[in-house]
Amino acid sequence: MSVLSPFLVHSAVQAITPILLAALAGVLCGQAGVFNIALEGEMLVGAFAGVAGSYLAGSAVAGVAAGALAGAALALILAYGSTVLRGDAIVIGIGINLLASGLTAYLLRQMFGVSGTFDSPAIVGLAPIAIGGLAGVPLLAAALSRQSVLTWFAWALVVLVAVGLFRTPFGLRLRGLGEQPDAAATLGVDVQAWRVGAVLAGGVLAGLAGVQLSLGAVSVFSEDMSAGRGWIAVVAVMLGRNNPLGAAAACVLFGFADAFGLRLQGQGLPNQLTDIAPYVVTLAALILSHRRRQA
Amino acid sequence: MSLPPRVPSVVLAVGFAVVAGAVLVAASGGDPLAAYWQIAVGALAPDNLPNTLNWAVPLTGMALAVAIPLRGGMVNLGGDGQLVLGGLVAALVPLYLPLPGVLSMFAAILAAALVAGLYAALAAWGEVRHGVPMLISSLLLSYPAMGLASYLSGFPLRDRSSGLPQTVMIPPDARLPPLGDVLNVGAFAILVIAIAVVVFDRRSVVGYELRLRGLNPRFARYGGIALGRQAVATMFASGGIAGLTGATIVLGAQFRFTDGALVTPNYTWSGLMAALLAGGEPVGTIGAALFFAALQTGGFAMQRETAVPRVLTMVLQALVILFLAARHGLRRRAAP
Repeated sequence: MSVLSPFLVHSAVQAITPILLAALAGVLCGQAGVFNIALEGEMLVGAFAGVAGSYLAGSAVAGVAAGALAGAALALILAYGSTVLRGDAIVIGIGINLLASGLTAYLLRQMFGVSGTFDSPAIVGLAPIAIGGLAGVPLLAAALSRQSVLTWFAWALVVLVAVGLFRTPFGLRLRGLGEQPDAAATLGVDVQAWRVGAVLAGGVLAGLAGVQLSLGAVSVFSEDMSAGRGWIAVVAVMLGRNNPLGAAAACVLFGFADAFGLRLQGQGLPNQLTDIAPYVVTLAALILSHRRRQA
Repeated sequence: MSLPPRVPSVVLAVGFAVVAGAVLVAASGGDPLAAYWQIAVGALAPDNLPNTLNWAVPLTGMALAVAIPLRGGMVNLGGDGQLVLGGLVAALVPLYLPLPGVLSMFAAILAAALVAGLYAALAAWGEVRHGVPMLISSLLLSYPAMGLASYLSGFPLRDRSSGLPQTVMIPPDARLPPLGDVLNVGAFAILVIAIAVVVFDRRSVVGYELRLRGLNPRFARYGGIALGRQAVATMFASGGIAGLTGATIVLGAQFRFTDGALVTPNYTWSGLMAALLAGGEPVGTIGAALFFAALQTGGFAMQRETAVPRVLTMVLQALVILFLAARHGLRRRAAP
């Protein structure tokens, strides 16, 4: 069996998207000096709202909009709680994650009358974008073709965030907030307003990450379907040291670990064992990166 | 995070959460007053009190497990993995380690606490030796533990006579004896742990040093406390209690390890919220755990009588924490 089979590459690229979008959200917050561990909850709410919006309005676009809005709405708690109200960002983040888990389960029962998984032909998924003319290059075709619009958006955003952060006055201000908030304030930057903005923008991205989960590869919502991906995104941000390119590289590693797990499942290994691959790789990466930093 | 919030803040946060929850219920077409009334009756009516206590036992165990590191400013998010490991080990020891009845029970409890404690200590060791933040590693370590338990109970160690992913029933003489209709001796074990945690917190050097770390780790180090060793030992105790909690559920109520059965009731996360509510202070944590146990138990009655899903109680718990975090911050701002 070849390690880089077209199927593996395709599912890896698919698996990277939600982690990548959430990691970019984490990068924005990290640069602004807010430690955001609420990505998991924002992603879950985005996944639910995506399915709900798509089901109720009958269009994937409505799902995307609903997911982005829901992520931002939940992020509002962290945005104000950790800045204006000066609460502990970690406690608020834990609270948000648990609120998201309870709230989506509650709404799932009240709105759709089911528990566990909501699956309906009326949920319109994101249409995969076919790329013609790549038939000669199988791996590239597998990677690029039939991916959702959010995958393309996520990778475009990596470039955009990298350029924005390091090549524009806007990015300079944002980075200043994280490094020296007092100095930034002296220069006339409204620290709280910028942080609120960064956390809210992060909420939109994490919400979209959730939409990719629930409308990207499949068109269902299941309880707690984010399954730790928000936390893996937090790790990607740490490994990338708040740099979007570094975080993206970490996401690629985790995406391939995820897809590799799927691949092993295809070889007959039970999914209970293969599902743990991304977490083990994540932990190993954390330990190795620290080793290298010390050396 | 480590300062225990004042009582009025907590009452106010609970009040806000109750109002916000009522709005949610009303918005989804339910009757909030009826829902809350059913929660109260379902939790506190004399017939239902034993059920509330029975729910409170593991919830208190998990709350204390989180409260101990929280007292020192550390967060253990890996309770689910530790609980599951403890439960699995407790289910396997009586089956595969042939010892006479009661001895086998004690061996199972000890082994469960030991394995779960070591697993939790692994997260602390990762932070001390490899700089991997415990907040994240403790949570990430949960997934492999749950995956492994799920695999073992689903494949090699599965009870072939049952269609479910679960292990073979443990022999009757290795089970925790019942205590009344619903409770079992496991309640005593948790009670002893609770008293021990309170005494350690208030009367021992170890407890003092841990509180010192929570208030100011740099000062604690200046005072001669070896922070690394303290973190590993604290997490070992934390995971040990989580494992013991899992053992009491398996040996006292379920008599086998069933995949998902320890995680589904959400003891870990309710316990975490109870500990956060009290800022890790043990007596407050136990009080909060009892309160949340009543809320959860009452949730069953609410779902039965008013058709409002009982998962509403999870929403209420999270809202209490969020309102409290905001209030707590406000207080800090008022008195810098």
